[in-house]
Amino acid sequence: MTVLDIRAYHLRLPDTARSVLVGVDLTVAAGETVALVGESGSGKSLTSRSVLGLLPDGAATAGAVRVDGEDVLAMTPDRLRRLRTGTAAMVFQDPRAAVNPLRRLGDFLTEGVRLGGRLTAAAAAERAAGMLDAVGLPASVLGRYPGQVSGGMLQRVMIAAALMGEPALLLADEPTTALDVTTQAEVVALLADLRERFGTGLLFVTHDLGLAAAISDRVYVMYAGRIVETGPAGELFDRPRHPYTAALLASTPRPDAPGGRLTAIEGRPPGLREELTGCPFAPRCPLVTDLCRRQEPALRPAGAGPGHRSACHHGDRTGEEATHAQS
Amino acid sequence: MRSPDLGAAARPEGVPPMRRTVLEAVGLHRAFGGVQAVDDVSFTLAEGGSLGIVGGSGSGKTTTARIVAGLERADSGRVLVHRRDRGEHRRGRAHRLARAREVQLVFQDPYLSLDPRTTVGAALRETLRLHFPGADHPRRIAELLDQVGLGEREADALPRQLSGGQRQRVAIARALAVEPAVLVLDEAVAALDVSVQAQILNLLAGIRERTRIGYLFITHDLGVVRCVTDDVIVMRQGRIVESGRTADVLARPRHAYTRLLLDSVPRPGWDPRSIAAARRALAEMS
Amino acid sequence: MTAALLRRPGLARLRTTRAPLHRTCLAFVALVVLAALLAPWLAPHDPNTVDLGDALAGPSADHLLGVDASGRDTLSRLVTGARTSLLGPLGVVAFSTLAGVAVGITAAWRGGPLDSVLSRGTELVFAFPGLLLAILIVSVYGEGLLAPVLALAVAYLPYVSRLTRSLVLAERARPYVEAYRVQGHSGLQICLRHVLPGIAPVLLAQATVNFGYALIDLAGLSFLGLGVPALTPDWGRMVFDGQSAVQHGYPLSAVLPCLAIVLTVVAFNVVGERRADLVAGRDR
Repeated sequence: MTVLDIRAYHLRLPDTARSVLVGVDLTVAAGETVALVGESGSGKSLTSRSVLGLLPDGAATAGAVRVDGEDVLAMTPDRLRRLRTGTAAMVFQDPRAAVNPLRRLGDFLTEGVRLGGRLTAAAAAERAAGMLDAVGLPASVLGRYPGQVSGGMLQRVMIAAALMGEPALLLADEPTTALDVTTQAEVVALLADLRERFGTGLLFVTHDLGLAAAISDRVYVMYAGRIVETGPAGELFDRPRHPYTAALLASTPRPDAPGGRLTAIEGRPPGLREELTGCPFAPRCPLVTDLCRRQEPALRPAGAGPGHRSACHHGDRTGEEATHAQS
Repeated sequence: MRSPDLGAAARPEGVPPMRRTVLEAVGLHRAFGGVQAVDDVSFTLAEGGSLGIVGGSGSGKTTTARIVAGLERADSGRVLVHRRDRGEHRRGRAHRLARAREVQLVFQDPYLSLDPRTTVGAALRETLRLHFPGADHPRRIAELLDQVGLGEREADALPRQLSGGQRQRVAIARALAVEPAVLVLDEAVAALDVSVQAQILNLLAGIRERTRIGYLFITHDLGVVRCVTDDVIVMRQGRIVESGRTADVLARPRHAYTRLLLDSVPRPGWDPRSIAAARRALAEMS
Repeated sequence: MTAALLRRPGLARLRTTRAPLHRTCLAFVALVVLAALLAPWLAPHDPNTVDLGDALAGPSADHLLGVDASGRDTLSRLVTGARTSLLGPLGVVAFSTLAGVAVGITAAWRGGPLDSVLSRGTELVFAFPGLLLAILIVSVYGEGLLAPVLALAVAYLPYVSRLTRSLVLAERARPYVEAYRVQGHSGLQICLRHVLPGIAPVLLAQATVNFGYALIDLAGLSFLGLGVPALTPDWGRMVFDGQSAVQHGYPLSAVLPCLAIVLTVVAFNVVGERRADLVAGRDR
């Protein structure tokens, strides 16, 4: 069952020369972990925020963003509120910025489900205690203030809060970036556990390729507001079919790699004030040809498996280059 | 692919070159309130060498970097650059400038480490006027910008008109303008995108090859430390738990915490659950 | 900047974000300043010419706003009065801002025992209500503008120094200031060249608001008969002089200067707070 279905989604902000999201197609099935990978300006955060209807002022959209069958873009504010406290929930990057430091964590956990009287105070408190247990925290945390718990514990509270409404879809926007590297592993383990237990679909937004490769079933790679490659995690990282994915992999430093220079991509991603013709990655691509500059490639099947697609005119040649670079 | 060591021909095979020690920390201690942030930390850095300090949050690596840079005072212990004790706090302009020429610092956050009201060129000029008042400033500014991969267009820009990577290049240029003996990089690439990070790391490697600056590289990222350092020390709760050549420590870690850090790096086949258990075991151990 | 601007509660409720209000107030401030600068040319009559035969007359073609109990033209006195009424607060604000900023920067930058001494010292001054301090000083030194201005300046100093101190403490912790320290610049250079320009907008906004309050305080002193000498056309003094006129049923010569004070203070407050809001918005 598909819990998230984004279809041909375009997003345009005022005062920009081009759309900030172009033709995004993305699905997440129940119980599946999907990683959305990209750097700054790729549009990954905007995509995940669109799922909850958190659009910036003046945004113009086209296409559909369906959560559990219903189009978020067409929802009334009331329905949106029910969506955000029930069907879908988000865990943000910085737990300290996401919570009111002057209120107890127990209040924070229960306020969503108590809105509109969906649960009584007592029932909400019980569920909160249950959720805290699921994330490995004692019920005493309910009475504490955010300043009294560590970053890792607070992020776990955020996850518990996200699960309070028993959502079908969980969105995590760089949930471990602000955490210590050892805490990161714990939080990721927790998300995996909970996914199994509750059958929630998880959309994990990150810039960390290694993390995406390690925990997700499928991966979408974004560049300049477009999906440039998607496929099963293992296959995508073993043999990427888009030069950008390959370049990202090559420029990620790893502790087990031989020391020395990394192959860095020259230049920067295109800004929003530049118009684009042809492939957005063309100015920086090692495989670029005239065709690339003229015609924007569509997302087409590439590689071995059925789910593997890449938006590149020369996707086949990428595969060879990538394996060559990694060996 | 390392660039060839120019002194290799004169030495027997496999023996590393003897280099002067440029930075030495001896028995540093620093406590905040009741917590010992830095506990008996000692290390040396050779001229032109690169030493990494890794650890999780609360390990004391940032406090150590700040003590070396002079932003914090150690409760006890010494920091020596070219055998001269930095701890002697003498007043006076000459002394202040001399200390600046010993150690310079590049901060983590590219958005906060530059004065938002000063253009790039003006910032560099300030530094040059302070340390090299008689020199040809416009030429030197152009040289520095070129060295970090920036051009004239950036010289007239305010920080908010630049990207994170560009600002970090400016921060590096400003530190290099002082012509220091040691450059401390406090998580200098942590806030950057992967592709920009790679560019900056390559830039730093290039600079080290051409000058004789020593790097003290603070990071939590083991991939970065592998890429840019020769030696590494691992810190936990203020203490050094392991040290050695970077390649050796990462390939054959001896301390449980180092192993935990390595295991925390995500990779295919990664089991995050076992890390949680290992972390708890380590906490109980200490 | 998270340091909050100090304002009195009542006036803070005035919505200063609406643009027409701000524009009107800015225009009014400009008007008053112009009147003060061009008074000798603008005033239709000599403000001090006494004409007892004409006392307490209402508005007429010759005297647009009437005359006061001594036959002096109210309009001329209002326009000329703008000078002293604005000059006093200007002195208060100038002195308290300069001295307060110096104290605040020193306390925040140096820290340690110097900070303790300066902070405790300014807290002591806080304890004295400015107006009472001014009255005390005037009773010792007699009439004149200088004594109450200095007294009020001392009373306002702690507000400025406390604001400056918290602003500088916040800036000092920022990485770019630390970077300048590591680069080898002296504390004084960093404060003057980088920290001060950064906090100046907030300080100017506070100074503008303080101007309004100083105006009220000085006018209050003049109203009590302390402050400016008897014959000076000064708004506060005019209210004092007009007390008997009010009792006789001819309130114009007292009400108009009152109105002038109130409007000017409100206008300065609105302009000052708007600046503060702009600064806060820009930093967000």
